[in-house]
Amino acid sequence: MIAEYGHFALVLAFAVALVQTVVPMIGAQKRWTGWMAVAEPAALIQFVAVVVSFGALMHAFVTSDFSVALVANNSNSLKPMLYKVTGVWGNHEGSMLLWVLILTLFGAAAALFGGNLPAPLRARVLAVQGSISVAFLAFLLLTSNPFLRLANPPLDGADLNPLLQDPGLAFHPPFLYLGYVGLSMAFSFAIAALIEGRIDAAWGRWVRPWTLAAWMFLTVGIALGSWWAYYELGWGGFWFWDPVENASFMPWLIAGALLHSAIVVEKRESLKAWTVLLAIIAFGFSLTGTFIVRSGVITSVHAFANDPERGVFILAILAFFLGGGLLLFAARAGAMEAKGVFALVSRESALVLNNILLVVSAFVVFTGTLWPLFAEFAWGRKLSVGAPFFEAAFTPFFVVLALVLPVGALLPWKRGRLGRALWQLRGVLALALAAALAAWVWGTGRSALAPVGAGLGVWLIGGALRDLWLRCGTGGLSRLTRLPRADFGRALAHGGLGITIFGVAAITAWSVEDIRVVQEGESFTLGGYELTLVDVSQGQGPNYVTTKADVLVSRDGTEIAHLYPEKRVYPVAGMPTTEAAIRSRPFGDLYVVIGDAQADGGWAVRTHIKPFAMWIWGGAILMALGGLVSLLDRRYRVAAGARKPVPGGVPAE
Amino acid sequence: MRRLVLILALLWPLAAAAVTPDEMLPDPAQEARAREISRLLRCPVCQGETIDDSGADIAADLRVLVRERILAGDSNEEVIKYIVDRYGEYVLFLPPARGVNLVLWIAGPVMLLLALMLAWMAARRRRASATPSELNAEEQARLEQILKN
Repeated sequence: MIAEYGHFALVLAFAVALVQTVVPMIGAQKRWTGWMAVAEPAALIQFVAVVVSFGALMHAFVTSDFSVALVANNSNSLKPMLYKVTGVWGNHEGSMLLWVLILTLFGAAAALFGGNLPAPLRARVLAVQGSISVAFLAFLLLTSNPFLRLANPPLDGADLNPLLQDPGLAFHPPFLYLGYVGLSMAFSFAIAALIEGRIDAAWGRWVRPWTLAAWMFLTVGIALGSWWAYYELGWGGFWFWDPVENASFMPWLIAGALLHSAIVVEKRESLKAWTVLLAIIAFGFSLTGTFIVRSGVITSVHAFANDPERGVFILAILAFFLGGGLLLFAARAGAMEAKGVFALVSRESALVLNNILLVVSAFVVFTGTLWPLFAEFAWGRKLSVGAPFFEAAFTPFFVVLALVLPVGALLPWKRGRLGRALWQLRGVLALALAAALAAWVWGTGRSALAPVGAGLGVWLIGGALRDLWLRCGTGGLSRLTRLPRADFGRALAHGGLGITIFGVAAITAWSVEDIRVVQEGESFTLGGYELTLVDVSQGQGPNYVTTKADVLVSRDGTEIAHLYPEKRVYPVAGMPTTEAAIRSRPFGDLYVVIGDAQADGGWAVRTHIKPFAMWIWGGAILMALGGLVSLLDRRYRVAAGARKPVPGGVPAE
Repeated sequence: MRRLVLILALLWPLAAAAVTPDEMLPDPAQEARAREISRLLRCPVCQGETIDDSGADIAADLRVLVRERILAGDSNEEVIKYIVDRYGEYVLFLPPARGVNLVLWIAGPVMLLLALMLAWMAARRRRASATPSELNAEEQARLEQILKN
């Protein structure tokens, strides 16, 4: 019965979402307070209903109720409990339900914490948010019902894809969805503002925390996915420019642009129309990503659901929200007059440049991702666009972005002097050039990439520190503790970007690889390490069998570690996985993979040295942390409380 | 679960190891060239993997073919042309900047120029509207009239 309750709750949520879309919107138009007030309880009820539905599905997974088709297809009674739980979103229907759960969570959060919003704006924001719920709940109920029953339940389930039975990947989707769906809040605010025809500094202040949160979650989600690919897929790659990765990367780039332009709206009341447009585009990219992943329209995407019916449905949702949003923008953008004026050299201009570079780089990723599809439609040509293209076409924009970032961050609002900012950065510039030179010498000129990456990394990190230092002014370091948290957030995020850029350049330029056949007991050396394959044994895990190697690592004759790379086979899913053994150190990873047994009794062993690998994800975590620190800035905390109406007070009307 | 996608593709590569020791060329310089070329070639039956990352039989065949051509004395470009002539442009991950693919390559730079131009024009317009424009002769006359009164 519980699955049916879940289904019922989902239908209920759909009905509530319909009410939430229509009633407050009319109320806001006619200034009917009662109708506007429907929005908050509706958003809360809708959230509770979806929680019940999600709980019902989780119950089915946890208790291994194989009469539910989704559970039978994606779970197994032997699976560890953690993966029974995370298996709920390891499939198309369940992950879509998680998507909707997070959507309604954001709606409920806006209803709870939106007390300081003017009533009509709040009603409209929640109504737009409700309309997104309507679309996706309809999608779930009509094309992807997670609660379908089987007439003849099997004795045991088909198991979750073993590659997904991993802690890194288990929590990757929730973070990504928090990011994707978080952008729906920026979209709802943008549409509500367009309907009202008014945007002011307060609007910027309300939109920015939501965008910041979405961007932060996307950063963590992408980093988790990339880290998982690194350790689980077995060849130490961390980014493949796969259409599905690009689908998450594009919203991240646009969200990055949006959260910077929202600052200009908030502080200077400028770039209003542009910020609204960015908010619409950002959510458009979220939906595009959903479409790419779930429609199977791009052949290279090994997507979830290759079901044309679902693809068309999502395309219709995308067309409605993106098309509708853009139409509304075209009709109303003229009403957004900018107040703040700024010179060509100013913080505002620097942020415009930031926006241009981020949007253009997202556009490059977009064209590259969709080009094969377009070429096939237009000329019937089947061609491929892969990593080599993106590396060549995308990287220059990011290099320029990194070059101008520290300078832009130092420019004052309204009017600045380029020479002054550059002079303040002279020390950092010298350090960056020295780092580039050192990288070039150390890498013996093997690749131009490493010097560029090292130089940019030092430039960004040094620029962030210099920024903090200058903010302290003449007060010296004692003032550091009194700086607004937003300043620390900015320095953390910008420095984190520098660390990631350096990590990417270093691992790409300086990785060493070795593939060979090794007999048990045999040793070989690589990059100063001596590795010995001690033995290879068979073992049994909870739901897999494993071939495990014992590799002894020593350096200069002293043992430093034992590494145990594994090759697992999951019999129920009929699938092997590689579990690389990685010794992570700040300055580089040693990465060992055990391959197939050879005819002569040896084993294929692949060894990589990956310099500065952890810096890639470390930098990403710092970026996300920067977002968090910024989110906790006083102006959001104080502003959130200051304008709250008296609780229980009756509106004056 | 965006990442799930990678997975189907990855099933195969994991099943059989990608580059195997017996395929590799004894000369490290030639092997390095083979790896460089492999990065550009897509396994025709897999989902968006290079022939190096794939464990499919045809990817192994292609890896061996690349190495045969290198041993036969082909340059990198000749090896790629040899493979693309036989397997179609689908196997090439880096579309050459020729013909219609030129659009793909210049799309980014063109958009950057357009965006910079638009931003510059918007900035000029903004400043123009912000600084009060000069009065024309008629307005000047009227102003003097008003001031006189």
